[in-house]
Amino acid sequence: MSAVPADARPRLARGVKLAEDRVRGGWNVLAPERVLKANATTVEILKLCDGERTFHEIVDELAARFSADPVRIETDAGALLADLRAKRMVEL
Amino acid sequence: MLAELTHRCPLACPYCSNPLDLDKREEELDTETWLRVFQEAAALGVLHLHLSGGEPASRRDLEDLIAGAAQAGLYTNLITSGIGIDRARLDRLASAGLDHVQLSIQDTDEDEADRVSGYSGSHRRKRAFADAVNQVGLPLTINVVLHRGNIARMRDLTAEAIELGARRIELAHTQYYGWGLTNRAALMPSRDAVEEARRTVAGLREETAGSIVIDYVLPDYFARYPKPCVNGWGRQSLNVTPRGRVLPCHAAESIPGLDFWNVADHSIADIWRDSPSFSAFRGTDWMQEPCRSCARKDIDFGGCRCQALALTGDPRNADPVCVLSPHHETVAALVEQSSTEQGFVMRGRSPAKAHPS
Repeated sequence: MSAVPADARPRLARGVKLAEDRVRGGWNVLAPERVLKANATTVEILKLCDGERTFHEIVDELAARFSADPVRIETDAGALLADLRAKRMVEL
Repeated sequence: MLAELTHRCPLACPYCSNPLDLDKREEELDTETWLRVFQEAAALGVLHLHLSGGEPASRRDLEDLIAGAAQAGLYTNLITSGIGIDRARLDRLASAGLDHVQLSIQDTDEDEADRVSGYSGSHRRKRAFADAVNQVGLPLTINVVLHRGNIARMRDLTAEAIELGARRIELAHTQYYGWGLTNRAALMPSRDAVEEARRTVAGLREETAGSIVIDYVLPDYFARYPKPCVNGWGRQSLNVTPRGRVLPCHAAESIPGLDFWNVADHSIADIWRDSPSFSAFRGTDWMQEPCRSCARKDIDFGGCRCQALALTGDPRNADPVCVLSPHHETVAALVEQSSTEQGFVMRGRSPAKAHPS
């Protein structure tokens, strides 16, 4: 079971930004008083969290793109989004 | 990076972190210089820009400054008293690219809040401002400086922050520098109150999980080891004063003999890399014992240089908050002193008004 409902449409909360780090390379999630270094997987997940795609669609899209097991993706992406939700960085 | 746009402020909080000797309006950097500084800071790798003061809204060009900072790619956080920003102006700030608002409140009780801020009606105006922030849709953090007078109301303060629509609350104990040091006797809570606060925070975090994020800044003097002040001198933060001096921390000017470079003469990158004040306590080579051989020297960086100076007379000493400091007894004695001092010395207010009796 994933921590995020399949029909939820996750998006970054206002004031939270996924931004490329032009100086250090890579990507960061910028929030009030917080910087989270985003690894490649996190970046791919968050880029799809546009408030329009459902969680189910996001999982399918990632599974297709990376030829990966959807159950595994659902678990990982669900854990990430639930964690960011608890930090009030993501809205479902 | 903290940009102290101005030292002007309608409030006069007794724990104000500005220096006792305030920069004057005519000394403040102009718009173009700030915009250049923001560009240089972003190019150096700065991610967050905290627009502070004083009250940053005292600057008429705040809209232009936010637009310039956003254009430079900086995450913009407005640290405000909420006084001087009506709904129309807030709309303009949001359109300029403002990312986040941090609003201070002094207390939950209106009269007490106004007494501490030195501004009648301030609390009511702050509530109205929080409403406006929510209407505009900007994320809001409420911050509260904790002291003897409000430490027992952390629970109410958190409830009020939730009611005001805040996503995050910062409960930060007073730091004893500048005005806070001047008013230390009237601000410092008892050890019992601090212990109670610690328990309250733990409970509150559980109760409010998912509805508000609580950031709790520990009471400095009551800790066993010092705080890693600014996460290490010249390591990840910098502070620009209203007239353009660049400091490793906001209280650094209290340390005599340091040569602070000004953005009028140097780029941010040059100041960060080469200015003598940033080099003075960067890394660990400057340390004396007990820090030099301490296993924690890369954890807390010896604590705070300004505090070491203020309480031991030498900024190279270990922060005396540390139990390993030979001066630790000074701090221990201050903590145990139970004071009944009530009056505050407030910036820009006459002492007569500051001591109502």
